[in-house]
Amino acid sequence: MKIALAGGLIFLLALGLYIGLRFSECKWAGVDESVVGKFAIEANRPPQEPLINIERGDLPLLLFLLAGAAGGFTAGYHFRGLFPPKDKG
Amino acid sequence: MKIRRRSITVIIVFTSLLVLPDVPAFAMHISEGILPVRWAILWFAVSAPFLFLGLREVRLRGQNNAQLKPMIGLVGAAVFIISCMPIPVPAAGSCSHPCGTGIAAIFIGPLLTVVVTSVALVLQALFLAHGGLTTLGANVASMGVAGAFTGYLSFILARRLTGRWWIGAFLAGLLSDWATYSVTSFQLATALHGNAPLGKFFLTVLIAFVPTQVPLGIVEGFLCVGAYKFILTRRPELLKIFAV
Repeated sequence: MKIALAGGLIFLLALGLYIGLRFSECKWAGVDESVVGKFAIEANRPPQEPLINIERGDLPLLLFLLAGAAGGFTAGYHFRGLFPPKDKG
Repeated sequence: MKIRRRSITVIIVFTSLLVLPDVPAFAMHISEGILPVRWAILWFAVSAPFLFLGLREVRLRGQNNAQLKPMIGLVGAAVFIISCMPIPVPAAGSCSHPCGTGIAAIFIGPLLTVVVTSVALVLQALFLAHGGLTTLGANVASMGVAGAFTGYLSFILARRLTGRWWIGAFLAGLLSDWATYSVTSFQLATALHGNAPLGKFFLTVLIAFVPTQVPLGIVEGFLCVGAYKFILTRRPELLKIFAV
C-alpha cells in the first residue's frame, strides 16, 4: 500500500513537472534574481561575484551534490542517534 | 598575541571582501555586494550579540545534556538543506526557498537557531554562491534572528492561547518564513531606497515577495506540523528535554 502510494505520488509529481516545464514560458528564476537582484540593479548596486564563483560548467551540480550528500549524511547520522530503530530503542 | 593575530585576520578578510570584482552573480538570500558597506557592518553588529549568546548557550546547555549536540547537528543540517533548496512556485513562475528556522526554533530554541543558521549561511556563501560574506550579518539577522524569534514566540503564544500544539507549529513555520522575507525587504529598502520614500520602497519590495512567499510560508507551516508530530509520536520525551 505504501509503495503504491509513493509510486503514485512520484508519478503525479513527474507529470506535473513535465506539464509545467513543457507548456510554461516562465523562467523559474529565484527570488534573488527576480526580486532582490531587480531592485539592487535599479538602485545601481548589482550583485558582485561571490568569493568562490561556482558558475562554471557542471561545477554547481557537483557542489550541490556534495552539499546534499554532506547535509544528508549529517542529518541521517544524528537522526539515527536520536531516533533509533524501534527494535534497538 | 592571539587577539592580535585574530584582528589581522579579520582586517585581511574584510579588506579582501571590499575589493571583489563588480560582476553580476545570482544567489539566494541577499547576494554579495548588494548592501553598501555601512549597512553591511550595521547588520553584522545587530546579529553579533545573538550569535554570542547562542554560542554561550551551546556551552551551558551542552554541559547538562548529552543529547543536545546530536539535536543541534540534526537541526543544523536540516536548516542547511531546507534553506538552499529552490522550490518552484507555479503561481509566481519563479523559485524560492523555505527557511527551516521555525522548525529549528521550536526544537532547540531561538538562540541556538541563530548559531545553526549562521553556520548554514557561511557554508552556503563560501561553497554554493548563496548569499554572501559581506551580507552575512544581514542574512543572519533576517533568517536567523527574525525568523527564529518570530517562529518561537508564535509557537509559545499560539499554544498557550489555543491549547493546540499544531496551531502553534503551523504558525511557527508560516510566520518565521514571512518574518524572514519582511526583514529582508526592510534591509533592502533601508539600503537601496535612495530618494524614494522608505515606506513606499519597503512595501514595493515586500509585495514583490508575496507571490512566492505566501504559498511557501503555508508549505513551511505544514512542514513544521509534520516534523513536530513525528517527534511527538516517536520520542515525545525529546520535546521536554529540549524545551527552552
